[in-house]
Amino acid sequence: MNPTEIQERLGQRLGASLECGGAGADAFVIVPAERWLEAARALREGEGLDFDYLRSLTAVDRPAEGKIDVAAHLFSYKRRHALTLKTRLDRAAPRIASLGAVWPAAHWHERELWEMFGVAIENHPDLRHLLLPEDWPGHPLRKDYAMPERYQGIPTRRPAPLAEPAAGTGPTNTGPKNPPEAP
Amino acid sequence: MSDVLVERGPEGTVAVGAIDRMLNLCREHSLWYLLFGTACCAIELMQTGGPRTDADRFGMVFRSTPRQADVMILAGTISYKMASRIRRLYDQMADYKYVISMGSCANTGGLFKDSYAVVQGGDLIVPVDVYLPGCPPRPESLLEGLMLIQQKIEREPWLSRVRGKIPPPKDPWPEGSRCP
Repeated sequence: MNPTEIQERLGQRLGASLECGGAGADAFVIVPAERWLEAARALREGEGLDFDYLRSLTAVDRPAEGKIDVAAHLFSYKRRHALTLKTRLDRAAPRIASLGAVWPAAHWHERELWEMFGVAIENHPDLRHLLLPEDWPGHPLRKDYAMPERYQGIPTRRPAPLAEPAAGTGPTNTGPKNPPEAP
Repeated sequence: MSDVLVERGPEGTVAVGAIDRMLNLCREHSLWYLLFGTACCAIELMQTGGPRTDADRFGMVFRSTPRQADVMILAGTISYKMASRIRRLYDQMADYKYVISMGSCANTGGLFKDSYAVVQGGDLIVPVDVYLPGCPPRPESLLEGLMLIQQKIEREPWLSRVRGKIPPPKDPWPEGSRCP
């Protein structure tokens, strides 16, 4: 099934006109956040759609627009077609339903989504940090993330041993100049 | 060992010398390292234990438990999540213990400078004795690092240290600053 047909069929199942774009393997559909799980289920179980594989689930932080875009990259082994399911969340309080009921593989992706972007996952059975330490502060993949100075007493910065010395204190470069100086 | 006197007595050969030297000789030739790797440098660590480099010929064999290990080799990138685990392994090792920081990541964070996930040097967690540059260091380099530890042991006034006359190395991450 080609991307346009997939997008049309999903629109029919949800009974709404959806924002679509992309072509080929990059085709995407944007659904409202409250219909996220419904759209996922439609893609998984829909006649001729059969998206049986969740390739990845990730997000993009867009502070200028005040949004966090969540994207689920889907593939169907049965039909050999692909689609990206997207939604846009409010950056101040991002909240989304868990896809674990549709693709159990989503659980770990959602744990990462939660720790890296601060997206709250509804109905997640085991929402813990996946990669970061349990007590890590903040959400590192947000654009405005500020690294703490210390973590549990370990400094998070290390002064560069070969930092440029202040002017006049270091050795002078006596090698050839580029561009060469006029004689 | 020029400072050891060897005499042939009526009941056999007798060597007279400093007991420190004797104990250090025993210690440096049974330098057991902890089988422990945090990232890709561990592959070179395995090579060092393998037949081509063969650290075994210097009495260096790997131990799978920190209780029996003398040397910890920080082989690879250390994430913050791993930091407390590494510290626990270090604390479980019996005194007197040595640490080799293997490769750029364990030395300074290396490639992962300014990362939110990587400790900017193993010496912020445990006291390090030998730093090995490289990404990764070759097995020969690691073997040299282990031999530098041997040289360090050889010079140590071992009994004075056991009796507490010489303070232990400065702890970069003392218990008070750590969270449980």
